[in-house]
Amino acid sequence: MKKLLGILMAGAMMLSLAACGSAGSTSTAATGDTAEASTSASTDLKVGVILVGDETEGYSAAHINGIKEAAAEVGLPEDQIIWKYKIPESAECSDAAEDLVGQGCDLVIANSYGHQTYLVETAEKYPDTTFVSMTGDFAAISGLDNFKNAFTAVYQSRYVSGVVAGMKLQELVDNGTLTPETQPNSFDADGNVKIGYVGAFPYAEVISGYTAFYLGVKSVFPTVTMEVMYTNSWFDIDKEGAAAEALIANGAVIIGQHADSTGAPAATQRLKDAGTICYSVGYNIDMLETAPTAALTSATNVWKVYYQELFTAAMNGEEIPTDWAKGYEDGAVAITELGPECAEGTADKVAEVEAALKDGSLHVFDTATFTVDGQTVTSAPIDLSYYDYSSGEAVAVYQGETKEAIHDGYFDESTLRSAPYFMLHIDGIVEDSEPVA
Amino acid sequence: MAAQTTHMAEPLVRIARREAAPLSRKIAVRAAAILLALVVDALFIFFVTGLNPINVYVVMWGGTFSTTVRFSWAMRDLATLLCIGIALAPAFKMRFWNIGAEGQVLVGGLATALIMVYFGNSLPAPALFVAMVVGSLAAGALWGFVPAWFKSRWNTNETLFTLMMNYVATSIVACATNIMRGQASSLGTLNKATKAGWLPILFGQRYTINIIVVLALTFAMYAYLKYSKHGYEIAVVGESENTARYAGINVRRVMVRTMIISGAICGLTGFLIVAGKDQTISTTSAGGNGFTAIIVAWLAKFNTFYMALISFLLVFLERGASEIASAYSLNEYAADIITGIILFFILGSEFFINYRLIWRGHHKEVKGE
Repeated sequence: MKKLLGILMAGAMMLSLAACGSAGSTSTAATGDTAEASTSASTDLKVGVILVGDETEGYSAAHINGIKEAAAEVGLPEDQIIWKYKIPESAECSDAAEDLVGQGCDLVIANSYGHQTYLVETAEKYPDTTFVSMTGDFAAISGLDNFKNAFTAVYQSRYVSGVVAGMKLQELVDNGTLTPETQPNSFDADGNVKIGYVGAFPYAEVISGYTAFYLGVKSVFPTVTMEVMYTNSWFDIDKEGAAAEALIANGAVIIGQHADSTGAPAATQRLKDAGTICYSVGYNIDMLETAPTAALTSATNVWKVYYQELFTAAMNGEEIPTDWAKGYEDGAVAITELGPECAEGTADKVAEVEAALKDGSLHVFDTATFTVDGQTVTSAPIDLSYYDYSSGEAVAVYQGETKEAIHDGYFDESTLRSAPYFMLHIDGIVEDSEPVA
Repeated sequence: MAAQTTHMAEPLVRIARREAAPLSRKIAVRAAAILLALVVDALFIFFVTGLNPINVYVVMWGGTFSTTVRFSWAMRDLATLLCIGIALAPAFKMRFWNIGAEGQVLVGGLATALIMVYFGNSLPAPALFVAMVVGSLAAGALWGFVPAWFKSRWNTNETLFTLMMNYVATSIVACATNIMRGQASSLGTLNKATKAGWLPILFGQRYTINIIVVLALTFAMYAYLKYSKHGYEIAVVGESENTARYAGINVRRVMVRTMIISGAICGLTGFLIVAGKDQTISTTSAGGNGFTAIIVAWLAKFNTFYMALISFLLVFLERGASEIASAYSLNEYAADIITGIILFFILGSEFFINYRLIWRGHHKEVKGE
């Protein structure tokens, strides 16, 4: 018995030695291959990507697709992209970034806002590598030349998705489907129609988004009021569903959302099937599969536009913009396919609004279209500093200037920096003080 | 009855406890287990993912060994896991099922973080570090003391009690981080502007100090359990409380004292995580290490040096798995299956070290061996 085991062990050791030997040879062969590939390919740019999720999570999936499409477009071979999946917004992000630098990446991208404070640590250590924190907000004031931010002007597509919802409201009221008699709960004391919005967190990104959505609805159907309910999570299918149900129970006819799951559209479809008049406007992805008749459309980002610009600049050694924010003008935002129950003429109206946004004749946050406490807003100073609140008072980690966001009669979103900063609480929108239970 | 059964058909295989196996046998069994695991994994890799198993193993190996930075990260993670294992060893040796390491680490980390943030500007660096260490030790000790005291007074079930204390700790940390983040969307690194309370960089890394501290603790805990009077008392209480009482050992006192030590070292791990590794606190700061360390302590039979080996194996497997997932764009679950199979075989090999199988008709031969 002992002998047998002895032989087995000897065999094991020999095998492991053999494995080591072949290991060495394969790895040298591999490096030889890549060296060859990079000389024959048009570029030797190596890109590292840090993702908060993987292809099963909508937000990260959109980034993965955008990066792959952009890489194919500019001729960046797929084996020169290294992926790091499911990296939480913690010190693990610094490790992942450092590891990517160690693997020879010249460009490191992290896709979630919370990665930013950890990514910047690595950026300080490696000044020769460029780091991009998607949706981040302090690149310009960090004092680092190799640290960048980018975000699309998604508020524009939210506005357009609001227009789609407004068209639907107009149709429901015009053809007598939605009246104070058929669904009395959906009208407030002043006769305004109620709509609802499922928000993730009370941050500028969400406030800017829901305000744009509301203004889009209002541009078509002026007598409207909106209730916003928070879930305190970016992705929580149950809470988003519960929030949508609560909003519809309060009378909301349209449910918009800034949260990443299909919870709200699914709940809306369920209640619609049960006889309530209600529709859903989604985010990120087409919701028609989840809500075949309740989904009107979704507001989305077209990340490919940014990544293509980024890769091209990096490959040609050109300057990479510190704050990148583009919208309809460059095709960086869009709405998804219109649902079957959209009002007649919606497609034409959408095309008209999109054209106006593109040529700059229409501004989403036109100060003539909204009021705060009954007053037209003429000034909105934006403090661009990045604060640490942990000790109870705001300590500026990076000091930024305070700049005026309103000029020429509109609030200029996403130009002072790429991340949204519209934080006005306008009339007609009520935020629930408590998040959904 | 007994006589009758012996005349009936003998079972195909019987299991018998093995007397202490010689070292050579232990090594042989474990080596065979690892080899078998690699073979089974190779089949899985080849038939399910279609990749070349050897290449996958090379990538897995590279997860820890391909660069010096990766190796130093593995040492850092090992230090965290081992430190908790060291903390659990005395409690488990006493047969006190401390399932609450996760919570003890968290409160230790939270105490560190709070002191770091609120005294970061007022205290000079040496005093700040002393305060952080003392705070973390005290918080962890408190979290260990409460269930031990309840058990010593009213014989409450320590498994449930310590487990429950984890949830309490997690909720307190969640609440504190929510308050501390203020208007920001997440807490981020603490004292980012001043770096107050961040361990100094030694040999290029902040966590060098973590590794040194845990190394010292490894020796200290080994000596404490093996050579000190306390260690002996722990062993006696663990074997039999009645014997301990008969020998004049104050069981209650030993129990409470040991859990205070166990909790305090967990708390210190929290300090090392916050000051030396993450520079922040969150509900996931302990990262499940509080539970993984139970395996570490048990497999090593409370020998801290074996614990270091087992911690290394676990860290190596984990880093290897994430490297496989990244390199081949594999779903993380596939990588987890690969490491899971290895772990399964290693745990399974313990059975063959502690027990032997007696096949039908072979019992005489085995006896003669």
